[in-house]
Amino acid sequence: MTTTDHAARAAARRSAKPGRKVLIRVKRCEGPGKPSRFETFAVTIERGANIISCLQQIAANPVTVEGTRTTPVVWDSGCLEEVCGACTMIINGKVRQSCSCLIDEYAPAEGDVITLEPMSKFPVVRDLWVDRSRMFHNLKRLRAWVPIDGTYSLGAGPRESPDAQEARYKLSTCMTCGCCLDACPQFLLAESPASWDTSFVGAQAFGQALLFNSHSTGAQLKNDRLEVLMGPGGVVDCGNAQNCVKVCPKEIPLTEAIASLGRAVTIRGFTRFFTS
Amino acid sequence: MSELRVIVVGGGLAGLAAAVRIAEAGLPVDLFSVVPVKRSHSVCAQGGINACNEVARQQGYSEYEHFDETIYGGDFLADQHPVLEMANWAPRIIDLLDRMGVPFNRTSEGYRDLRLFGGSLFKRTHFAGATTGQQLIYALDEQVRRYESEGKVTKYEFWEFLAPVLCDGRCVGIVAQDMRTMQTRAFRADAVVMATGGCGLVFGKSTNSIICNGAAAARCFRAGAHYGNPEMIQVHPTAIPGADKLRLMSESARGEGGRVWVPRRRGDTRAPRDIAEADRFYFLEEKYPAYGNIVPRDIATREIFDICVNQGMGVSGENQVYLDLTHKDPDYLTRKLGGILEIYEKFVGEDPRYTPMKIFPAVHYSMGGLWTTYTPGSYAPAAPRTKHKSGSAPPLNAAIGQGMQPGALNNAMTNIQGLYAFGEVSFAYHGANRLGANALLSCIFDGLFCGSSVVNYVRSEGVSARPASGMQPGAFDAAAEGQVKAGAALLATATDAPGDKATNPYVIGKELGDEMTAACTVVRTEARLKQCLVKLAELKDRYAKVQLSDGAGWSNQAFGYARAVGDMLAIAEAIAKGAEVRKESRGAHYRTDFPDRNDAEFTKTTLASYDATSGAASISLVPIDASLIVPTARTYGKKDTEKPEAKAQPAGAV
Repeated sequence: MTTTDHAARAAARRSAKPGRKVLIRVKRCEGPGKPSRFETFAVTIERGANIISCLQQIAANPVTVEGTRTTPVVWDSGCLEEVCGACTMIINGKVRQSCSCLIDEYAPAEGDVITLEPMSKFPVVRDLWVDRSRMFHNLKRLRAWVPIDGTYSLGAGPRESPDAQEARYKLSTCMTCGCCLDACPQFLLAESPASWDTSFVGAQAFGQALLFNSHSTGAQLKNDRLEVLMGPGGVVDCGNAQNCVKVCPKEIPLTEAIASLGRAVTIRGFTRFFTS
Repeated sequence: MSELRVIVVGGGLAGLAAAVRIAEAGLPVDLFSVVPVKRSHSVCAQGGINACNEVARQQGYSEYEHFDETIYGGDFLADQHPVLEMANWAPRIIDLLDRMGVPFNRTSEGYRDLRLFGGSLFKRTHFAGATTGQQLIYALDEQVRRYESEGKVTKYEFWEFLAPVLCDGRCVGIVAQDMRTMQTRAFRADAVVMATGGCGLVFGKSTNSIICNGAAAARCFRAGAHYGNPEMIQVHPTAIPGADKLRLMSESARGEGGRVWVPRRRGDTRAPRDIAEADRFYFLEEKYPAYGNIVPRDIATREIFDICVNQGMGVSGENQVYLDLTHKDPDYLTRKLGGILEIYEKFVGEDPRYTPMKIFPAVHYSMGGLWTTYTPGSYAPAAPRTKHKSGSAPPLNAAIGQGMQPGALNNAMTNIQGLYAFGEVSFAYHGANRLGANALLSCIFDGLFCGSSVVNYVRSEGVSARPASGMQPGAFDAAAEGQVKAGAALLATATDAPGDKATNPYVIGKELGDEMTAACTVVRTEARLKQCLVKLAELKDRYAKVQLSDGAGWSNQAFGYARAVGDMLAIAEAIAKGAEVRKESRGAHYRTDFPDRNDAEFTKTTLASYDATSGAASISLVPIDASLIVPTARTYGKKDTEKPEAKAQPAGAV
């Protein structure tokens, strides 16, 4: 976050008064294939309010600003402390977690409007809830695990330098939220799982591939992963827009991961060419 | 031949560890979770995971001392044999997680780094950055994904458990509902493992995730499973009040010099920096000159609660006090506490280096849960030993099988045959108070160690000869039918009319949380608990007429929430009744009318049972296994005698 952002946020918070009403404008959709519409709710803001508490307030009394009774808004959430990734949505046009979105910063004045929309690259289940199973599918495709010999007692794992641990830890904080994919021009909505195996996997998968390739036992499957990334939907499909790294809430070095895998894929390509 | 299979409900650490162990043994696993398993509440654990390790061992630590600490920390309420086995297993669990690729912090030489944690004089806590729980669950999630890709585990994510299916005194499956399509159906299995976590939502706002409502445990309870020590609820002294939840603020903030205070004058509206020293009430420092702000955790919790709730002196008239670090050098704070100060900044929007934090105690963990059994291991001293002297030679080696008999069919089984409980949803291991960094351990231990018991049970003569897959459909159809009918009836209450507040599920849920927080957390009294039970009865009456605001047959969250409120009411009643019956103070349970521990009458498990006819919970007291260590006063070496010593907790226990 830049200093200007920080200052602007702080100024907004200072000016925000508890008890004011703000308008939460929500894109609603009753289910797959159903039309979308916007509904606006007036919400009274208490101290510490975030998008979650506003949606909770709406659920208890789902009446629009026009006075029409409607249904509670449906949305996905879990830990509410930005570590599970569930509550991701598009807020005022930008994809992010809704739990860490403070109303005082987004709508500091009486009558300010916040617009909530579901993520754009995943099929909508209902309202703000989307189906992100494609991300988990891609982890299977990339064999994103360490192939251990089983759970019986076989002593410790490999020793690791603090630098290597830090690099892996950073990659391993990915909470599969999908911000990087939603912001990516190359990652497109794919309603049917049939197309997932040939569609662009995106930054999340690249980060995880690098994570497991960086572990000495995980690297046993390195070539399998590189084969997938050489194929359709792999690294060559990356358009280098670098949006992914800008929206990642955990500041994971995604563009570095893509570059690193790009090099590995090239080397793998040469090796395969000369050995086959 | 019909195929044997196992259902695991819950995809946190306990459920995932169980799935891995059972699938590895060659039994197909159906894994049910209300969220994609990677988003389970285990991700919230920060501190670490305890285990004896070589460095500590060479300084005199042992698995036995870890066992001793856990029993002492739990104020002698836990059955002792299972705790011994868990402590003996702990080092193997760390090794296994290490092999799975968990990025544990490292020393310069590349070994696993260790930190000091509450309740121990030795460094025995392994950690991965500030998100140890997240890193552990990811490692297990990856192993389960591997089995999933091999067809050995089938995931049912966004499926909600509704009830166990019982037939001939055995649990032979579950009824579950797809939260998106709302299809309800029965699933067959030869054993069912409940690994569904805690019940923080019963208290409204807590440090728990939004999914930790205890509904799955309540549904087993209502089907006849016993619930042990429901009243044992851990309240953490310092959490960040939020409009939606209470986020944990680590105790290290006080350890680094943080001072707790409120304005001396009620209703003082000045900004904290404008309030002069003389106008500030540093109540912990004044009341406890020796310990000041670092009094043991339960004392800090009770004092903050007293200032706000009883004396009405909370900041801005609300339930909050200042935790002030602003007198410290900002650079020092960044170096020592960077991570946790960032969390505060992110969610409150204020920088604690320059503005005092506002904090309040929060419900954090349920020691109580579904009651389970076990077969004791080989260690059977002629008489219980006295408390272990820290750093002295352990009385026994850490061989496996001394605490619990490995693979015994009843390990972690509830009173319902074939229904198991693993992790926080089980009442085992933590007694009246859980030590920091022991929760992750107990979850994984249950999954791996007791997972083998599930495998043996399913393959035992009596079960494998009559597999669930070969049973008549009657019991399954009836169970599913019952749930479909109940669901339809609830959905039919939906109305477009402006609903009555009294029957609004969200209003009932809010009042339940407020009542439970007021009556059943930090300070409990006979009178207040009785009043709480009256309120619960009122809420139950209102709930019988509950009215939905959404009648949709697709992805209806209002419906799911309303159904869970009924289950939360059942757990709430067990908690309040358990607290009423336990006329003593022990660990997290503090009764002002009975401030001392009463070993003669209450070194016993409070066992809650549900009466399906009356819809009420009843409590009985059952003896515990205290055959290994003699109870002693829980003082943590405190010299000061003006405070009730038996209730002291270790600094740093989470």
